[in-house]
This record gives sequence, C-alpha cells and structure tokens, in this order.
Amino acid sequence: MTLAGWIVMLLSVGGTTAFFFWCIRRVLRPPGSTGKIHGVLDTELEIEEEERKRRREGRGS
Amino acid sequence: MSKQSPENWSSKIGVILAVTGSAVGLGNFLRFPGLAAKYDGGAFMIPYFIALLLIGLPLAWAEWAMGRYGGTRGFHSAPGIFRVLWKNPAAPYLGVLGLIVPVVIYMYYVFIESWCLGYAWHYLTGALDLGRDPEAYKTFFGNYVGIGADASIFSNIFGAPLIFLVICIALNFILINRGLTRGIELFCLWAMPALAVCAVLVLIRVLTLGTPDPSKPELNVLNGLGQMWNLDAGNKSLWEQLANGKMWMEAAGQIFFSLSVGFGVIITYASYMRRNDDIALSSTTAVAGNEFFEVSLGGMITVPAAFVFLGAAGAVGGTFALGFNTLPLVFDQMPLGQLVGFLWFFLLFLAAITSSISMLQPAIAFLQEGLGLNRGRAVALLCGVGTLGTLLIVWFSKDLAAMDTLDFWVGTFCIYLLACAQTLIFGWIFGTKRGLEELGRGADIRIPRLFAFVIKYISPVYLLIVFVVWAWQDVGSRLDDFSESAAVRWSLIFLIGVFVLFLWWIRIAVKRWRAQEARS
Repeated sequence: MTLAGWIVMLLSVGGTTAFFFWCIRRVLRPPGSTGKIHGVLDTELEIEEEERKRRREGRGS
Repeated sequence: MSKQSPENWSSKIGVILAVTGSAVGLGNFLRFPGLAAKYDGGAFMIPYFIALLLIGLPLAWAEWAMGRYGGTRGFHSAPGIFRVLWKNPAAPYLGVLGLIVPVVIYMYYVFIESWCLGYAWHYLTGALDLGRDPEAYKTFFGNYVGIGADASIFSNIFGAPLIFLVICIALNFILINRGLTRGIELFCLWAMPALAVCAVLVLIRVLTLGTPDPSKPELNVLNGLGQMWNLDAGNKSLWEQLANGKMWMEAAGQIFFSLSVGFGVIITYASYMRRNDDIALSSTTAVAGNEFFEVSLGGMITVPAAFVFLGAAGAVGGTFALGFNTLPLVFDQMPLGQLVGFLWFFLLFLAAITSSISMLQPAIAFLQEGLGLNRGRAVALLCGVGTLGTLLIVWFSKDLAAMDTLDFWVGTFCIYLLACAQTLIFGWIFGTKRGLEELGRGADIRIPRLFAFVIKYISPVYLLIVFVVWAWQDVGSRLDDFSESAAVRWSLIFLIGVFVLFLWWIRIAVKRWRAQEARS
C-alpha cells in the first residue's frame, strides 16, 4: 500500500465516518438543546408577503 | 388530498434509518468496491465524491423538500405530489415513474433478496462448504437461480430457491401491511443496527487476516487495501486515470443509484414528515449513513478479502460474480469462514429487505390516496401485481434475461428520467426559493445557499450528460434484443402492461381528487 493509498483511504473512510457520526450526534442531541433554524429566506418571504398585503390594502383603500 | 387518517413517522431516528435502509443495498457492498477496483483503486474516489456533491446531496435535499411539501398538503405519492408542485394536467401522469420504478425494481429485487437469505441459511447449515474449486460455486449459484434454463427453478416446487422466495415475499408484505411506523420504521430500527454489527464483525475478520498463505507473502491485507485505495494500482498516472470519461459516468451512476435518488421512495418517505419537522439534517444524515455503509464498510471488506485469497484478478467483478461466486470461495479459505459467510449473506439480506419494503410504500400510498382503498386492500392488490412480475422474472431465469431487461429499462432508464424530471420540477417549476424555504423550516442545520444554484443549473446538466452518454452507448443494442429473445419480449410487454395499468389508475385518481376539490 502506497503513501497516496493511505491518504486516499484515510480521507475517504475517515471523512465519511466522521461526517456520519457528526450527523448522528446532531440528530441524537436532546430536543431543545439547539434552536431550530428558520433561514433568512423565511423572513424574506414573510416580508415580501407583508409588502404584497400592504400594497393590496393600499389599492383597496 | 387524502381522506385516510394521517400517518407520520414516530421518531426522527426512525425516518433516518428507514431512508438509509432504503438506500443501503447490495450496491454498497458489491457494486461500489467492484467499480473502485475496476478503475484502479483510489482514483475512482475523485469523480465519486464530486458526483456526491453535485448530484447526490442536492437531489436528495430536493426530494425531501418536495416530499414534505406534498405531504403537508395531503399527498404521499409521486402523482399527487407532482400535481401539487406543478399545476399542469400532465403532472400527475409524469408521477407514474415514481410508482413504476420502485414497484418493478421490487419485482426482481425480492428474488435477489431471497438468494441472500438462502445463502445465509446454507452457510448456517454447512451446505455451502464446497471446497476450493471456483467452478463448484459458479455451478451452485447457476443452479440456485436457474441460470441454465428458463423455469428450471419450478422443477422442484419445494426446493430452497422457491421456499426462500416465498418467505421473502411474505415478509415484505407482512411488514408493509403493518404500516409505516409499526412495519417499516420498527423493522428498520433494529435491522439497520443489526446490519451495521454484521458488517463490523466481517470487517474485523477481514482486517485481521494478515498473510493467510505464507508461500504468497504479497497476498496480504495491506496489499488488499492497496488494491482498493492506491492511486496508481493499475500502473497509470492519476491524470491518465482521470482522463477516462467512462469512470466519471460510472462514478455518477454509482452515487445516483446508491443513494436511491430518482427512485420515488424518498419523496414518499419525506411526505410523512410533519410541517415543522427538520428535514435538512435528516436528509443529510441519511446520505451520510449510506456513504458510511458504502465507503467505510463496503470499501474495506470486499476487495481486500478477495485480494488476500485470490490476488488482483479475483478482486474485480460484477455484483453477482463478486458476491455469489468469488466471496463464497474466499470464505471457504478463511478461518471461521462459515460463520463469516453467514454474517455476510445475512447482512446482504438485511440490506436488501430494508430496500425492498421501501419500494412498496409509494404504490401503497397511491392506491390509498388515489383509489380510496384501505391499507389491507392496497397491500393485497400490490401483492398480486408484484408477485406476478416476480414470477415472470423467475420463469425467464435463463441468463437472468428478464431481470436484466427490467433492470435496464426501469432500474436505469426510468430512474434517470425520473431524476431529471424531479430536478427540473424542483429547480424550475417549484422554484429554488420555495425549495430552500421548505428545507429551512424547522431545520437543525443550514443548507448552503449554493445549493440553489447547483440544483438549478449544475445537477440537471450533469444528469443530462450522464443520461445522454449512457443512452448513446447502451440503448441501441438493447433494442436489438427485443427481436432476438422471447424473455426480453415478454418482459417488455409485461412492463408496458404495468405502465398502462398505473396510468389508468392515475386517471381515476385525478378524477377523484378533482371531485373532492370541487366539493371542498
């Protein structure tokens, strides 16, 4: 086994194993220990919706 | 919109294991190592990981988002979900692919699953101790699956192949009949850890083999790992290997099939998530779980084990050749080989059954929400259609022609079509903005914004290139088979029949949904 082979194996196997266990750790974290992420997009969409409503109301009056 | 009582997953870990179980199959332990060895070891990993980032993860996220979006609007099958996402009369009919693909793949997958269970049983009883003659294992496998002549399995109704097939079909339908949480989720909650334990035990055995034959010191575990992971295992430079276009295609195909994206299963499973459940971390964990089983376990077992006993030539082969001919020969020469053989085929059986039950759920969901059947009737109807297809595949067993035909047209061609359709619907019709919003709701991790660009532009182009090149290479010769083989003809006639049947059911479903919407 060459040095490059060792590097590829450690990166591939180590990377996928670490990635999997990182995910599992996040999943098994007790509820409430992490805040739910409501992305910026949520806020953006809500703002857009608000603006649309305001415009409609403005036209109506 | 479904009038059935709403079903949901009972736990986050349950849905993750169910989706991971759906993705982890024979390909993780046999096809992936076989491909890596074929393409000179570690160089294969570069296009493999690029495809994971550009096709695998984005498409998985897209399917989860579309599935949950449709599910919160009362739909759990591709026709219903596509109809919600795309306000076009053709949308539900496009969803036929999301039903046909899993159902038809189930028809032959359950047959392969029965081989794994049968082999595990034969190892347990010592019936697979056939000595060191490679031909003995080939003959055993050929007789077991009926590769020599059509319908040869039926010559002994009470023979092991048919008995294990009946057991597997019964197990699948019993589990699916128990429902989402008491059937699929509960089974995956113990089957996936059991699968991991079996794989780790086999891995420990393989990594502790040392140099089994002192007269051949070069055949040792380290060189076996080198066969799998070295960059220059084939005496070519890395750049020469990376210039091989076919390797890029096969790496993309492996990622694509391994993750079960474009299968129609993830979209259905995700539809049972609640509106504010996390799907970002769950989908990422399911992908990571599949990669763990494929790279960290599959990549460390199959090729090194075959190399240590058979050398470089023995470590290369197709899925069935490597799994059912080469590895039994390897187990025979290995200390504790009968036990390792049992563990190996039992883990393949678990990997197969957690996939096959997932293939039934999309059609069950459709029959319930589209035709208004209760779960029992939906299961009975699907059991009839599914078993008919399986019998056709078992009947035309010579050279596994029927299985090969359906695997090509459904297990490859239709999957590409469905994946392309899903990518375009998500990126261009549903919209990446809404898609990201759906992924972000209740999310425990943040999905990178770059995803929107990748799924809209990169993934469809990548998929289309892979699809066109693959079709260019393979479709022509497949069409010629139609006139030459009765098995191919009957398989395609059957496939067209199933297509028409499902399209007819979708037509009825659309009428029912319109009537329900008009009433409400």
